[in-house]
Amino acid sequence: MTEGIPGGAEVVVDARGLRCPLPVIRLAARARDLPPGALLSVLTSDPAARHDVPAWARMRGHAVVGEEPVGEEQQDEDADVPCWRLTVRLGPAS
Amino acid sequence: MTHTTDSPTASGPAGPAPDHTASPRRAFLDSGGRAPWHPLARQAFLQAVDDGWADPRRLHTEGRRAARLLDGAREAVAAALGARTEEVRFTASHTTALHAAVLGATAARRRVGGDVVVGAVERAAVLHAASDAAALHSGTRRVVPVDRSGRVDVEAFARAVAQPGVALAALQHANGEVGTRQPVTAAHEAARAAGVPLLVDAGAGIGHDAVPDAWDLLAADPADWGAPAGVGVLAARQRVRLTAPWPEDADPWAPGGVSVPAAFAAAVALQAVAADRAEQDARRRALVDRVRHTVSQIPDVEVVGDPDDRLPHVATFSFLYVDGEALVTELDRAGVAVGSGSACTAATLEPSHVLAAMGVLTHGNVRIALDRSTTGDDVDLLLAVLPGAVARVRELLGVDGL
Repeated sequence: MTEGIPGGAEVVVDARGLRCPLPVIRLAARARDLPPGALLSVLTSDPAARHDVPAWARMRGHAVVGEEPVGEEQQDEDADVPCWRLTVRLGPAS
Repeated sequence: MTHTTDSPTASGPAGPAPDHTASPRRAFLDSGGRAPWHPLARQAFLQAVDDGWADPRRLHTEGRRAARLLDGAREAVAAALGARTEEVRFTASHTTALHAAVLGATAARRRVGGDVVVGAVERAAVLHAASDAAALHSGTRRVVPVDRSGRVDVEAFARAVAQPGVALAALQHANGEVGTRQPVTAAHEAARAAGVPLLVDAGAGIGHDAVPDAWDLLAADPADWGAPAGVGVLAARQRVRLTAPWPEDADPWAPGGVSVPAAFAAAVALQAVAADRAEQDARRRALVDRVRHTVSQIPDVEVVGDPDDRLPHVATFSFLYVDGEALVTELDRAGVAVGSGSACTAATLEPSHVLAAMGVLTHGNVRIALDRSTTGDDVDLLLAVLPGAVARVRELLGVDGL
């Protein structure tokens, strides 16, 4: 299993257009199948997710390692809502 | 005899006040900023409807009678706040009092500068007014961060007020959403040393908690202590310069005049709640402790706000993987009225700026503010239905083993 670990396939959950708490739920569902240390990103247009992904990570022992606005090319053609990409490194399995 | 809250005058002025929590099937636990009327507030309001309906600025007998009620109300509120009568003004609402304090104090100090220092979890009215004031006077709104419990970094606050060009600083007495008290005494010392007036928003605390005498401007909210909405209180020490932010009016702090019955009821209710505040503090603090402890046993919950240094009647918690709007609706169906700071319960997509600034979970949020009429049975009803309501919402969202 190389998904999400350095050198392996990047794991991205596309939660754009979903509102709280769905981005966190999608992220958590994907995290369940990944090994400790894996990098997992979520794309979100929900302003609440920018607060809730870090809070979820803290509650679950993961670490937020990146937050960046998503560039135009990654957004839907007619979408004018701002989007973010939040990346977490998964902690040890509980 | 029957009476309902829909026809409050059905039993007449002398009749018993409606008990908002009498029904075994409803527990109203969302009293922050709009509490059920205190029985004496209702009595005072009805008396003032009869005696104080006239315009208190007129010189006839009816007008003078209304003016006497208004003057008495001002005197009583001032005494309860530890202020001189002439330092207290009634406004149209708590929000208006905050707007007037920020805009009025910054306008009077515009020669000093245009910066406004605010805590990150101040009420939206303070944050918006601070932005407007800073923009008007070519300054900047400087936001001082809070810790995970919602308490402002008092050293950062002191450093910010000591900078040149600060017209006003604002720090709430306690946060009405999460209950955490703020270090207003230390903040006031720092502001005084810098020669900057400090506005203390005591809207969530007056009537429930002892508010330290550490302010230059103070705003208080009658609707929060069991008086009718439609009136606010702004106190300013006599040394503080203020310029009313509105066009000239005979009543510069409440253009058009205030509601005499609302102001009179506010004063009577404030005296009443001050009389048994210690007793109500202990009683409600114990209920909130019970809520905090029991809720923390539910899986994946974050109970937020300072566990000890807080308002006696406020509790807030967030459930992971729960939709706040669905949870509020589910609880309401089960007979329990609660508030929420989750984004999905607001008109905007933005969650509570308070929860966001604290770095705690914003979704699945429930906040309660216990009234003096709230009973142990009301709290027990919440605690009985909450685990099932959370489980149902999680089930609907397909959350399993996350």
